[in-house]
Amino acid sequence: MAGELTRMSAAGIAAAIAAGEVSALEVTDAHLARIGEVDPQVHAFLHVAADEARRAARAVDERRAAGEALGPLAGVPLALKDVFTTTDMPTTCGSAILAGWQPPYDATITGRLRQAGVVILGKTNMDEFAMGSSTESSAFGPSHNPWDLTRVPGGSSGGSAAAVAAFQAPLAIGTDTGGSIRQPAAVCGLVGVKPTYGGSSRYGLVAFASSLDTPGPLARTVLDAALLHEVISGHDPCDATSVDAPVPPVVAAARQADVSGLTIGVVPELAGEGYQSGVLARFAEAVELLESLGAKVVEVSCPHFSYALPAYYLIAPSECSSNLARFDAMRYGLRVGDDGSASAEEVMSLTRARGFGAEVKRRIMLGTYALSSGYYDAYYGKAQQVRTLITRDFEAAFEQVDVLVSPTTPTTAFPIGERVDDPMAMYLADLCTIPSNLAGNAALSVPCGLAPEDSLPVGLQIMAPVLADDRAYRVGAAVEAALDTRRGHPLLDDAKGLA
Amino acid sequence: MPIARDDVAHLARLSRLALADEELDHLAAQLDVIISAVARVQEVAAEGIPPTSHAVPLVNVFRDDVVVPCLGAEKALDQAPAVEQQRFRVPRILAED
Repeated sequence: MAGELTRMSAAGIAAAIAAGEVSALEVTDAHLARIGEVDPQVHAFLHVAADEARRAARAVDERRAAGEALGPLAGVPLALKDVFTTTDMPTTCGSAILAGWQPPYDATITGRLRQAGVVILGKTNMDEFAMGSSTESSAFGPSHNPWDLTRVPGGSSGGSAAAVAAFQAPLAIGTDTGGSIRQPAAVCGLVGVKPTYGGSSRYGLVAFASSLDTPGPLARTVLDAALLHEVISGHDPCDATSVDAPVPPVVAAARQADVSGLTIGVVPELAGEGYQSGVLARFAEAVELLESLGAKVVEVSCPHFSYALPAYYLIAPSECSSNLARFDAMRYGLRVGDDGSASAEEVMSLTRARGFGAEVKRRIMLGTYALSSGYYDAYYGKAQQVRTLITRDFEAAFEQVDVLVSPTTPTTAFPIGERVDDPMAMYLADLCTIPSNLAGNAALSVPCGLAPEDSLPVGLQIMAPVLADDRAYRVGAAVEAALDTRRGHPLLDDAKGLA
Repeated sequence: MPIARDDVAHLARLSRLALADEELDHLAAQLDVIISAVARVQEVAAEGIPPTSHAVPLVNVFRDDVVVPCLGAEKALDQAPAVEQQRFRVPRILAED
């Protein structure tokens, strides 16, 4: 039974708990056992909170026994990216500067998960301060892709993705600033969603680039992602950028799973040179599939998307250089060199040099450069104008089509170590995902098969207008259903890294 | 325009990063590559295009003016690297002379 429990969907687990077929505690124990068994190889978790998880599971069982109505994910275990504050677990953001930090408050998302009876199993590994596409910039070592342990699970939410793909949790929360949910979802064969910016609260999410950071779900099915999306979403007065609008009906859309009557746009700028042949082949098949399911497919050019990557690597580092100024060694976190004679500024500089890893330093300095006088207009200012042009490209496209599609990533999971010392090669992993961060619209990645040359998962990205997140779910669920039927078994059954 | 090593040292100082020489050499080469790549934004014709600082614009977000509890001193100081007399103890902030 324990093995079966870890293979179940979140929806299936919640139904079984509600029906009294299994207790939340049994479900949690099964997942903790799985973590004990495979995490030494996968390294998805930075912290496993077994006692706290069991306590939360018991509370759900008690509520059920008392006849209380349970929410749609009550008793379902979840892996939380270590960038959200938690009062009962450390929050490190994958950085030595925050090693062991115990936050004094819960993030809004942490609180909403607890309220919903979701059982938080622990905190997952990530690229340091969410800067990276592989988890290799974590100060605590990389996570491994359950499809092939010698490869990266993507990033920055790579630990969250690896945990779900390795059946250590049916659900995970990640954050997406330039693709950090969708890219790991794609390379691990999962569903990952970047909601509309402001649709999910940033309160208690340690900031990287505030105008781009978006929390969202990772799951093995589109419906599971939708259930989690609804639990975490909605207006939060603690986040001034939170959108005060109804949550898009993503669960209903995931159940609808029908594309008939929709017009789908293929973006020619997000394909071609630099894309792996198997990725393009699977993408082309997915587009044909959508057509066969009753969608109308057209090509829609978004000319400024070609400039999204350079614009992003000016805007995100600029915001990062400002946000990470808070790590000053004064109020919390690491302090180095405080020998009684060193000045505050010297202590600050020594601490930051020791506490931050190479990628974070690169981005802080790049952002400092882009914002410095004399360069501001040519770099940061220009990038902000390009951001407007990219948003306009989306707006024009969505006048013609309901959703846009592209590959989620140009390649499948790459080998650990391959891009560590080549930042530009690493940045290319976010080529297709960045435009939606700059424009703030919703985007979902759903598996669309394995690349023939390496038998690794390929993701289809579905981009929907701002606050029309449900459209991406509707299309994603249709693709998932058709491919599952064709294949005859869930995609993750083919993952052999842990076999 | 390539970025000089002195410029990188200056950036490190502005960024409050006490970097060793070999780290500066390594970063200077990498930043040069990255900056020439991101400089591509300058190719875009964008005259008269307003900048976007935020994807979903919101203006004047206020909350009700209600007093709510805040962190107590004990909790606020709990993770501090050094505490003295219920305050954050920091290194000297003034020059010696």
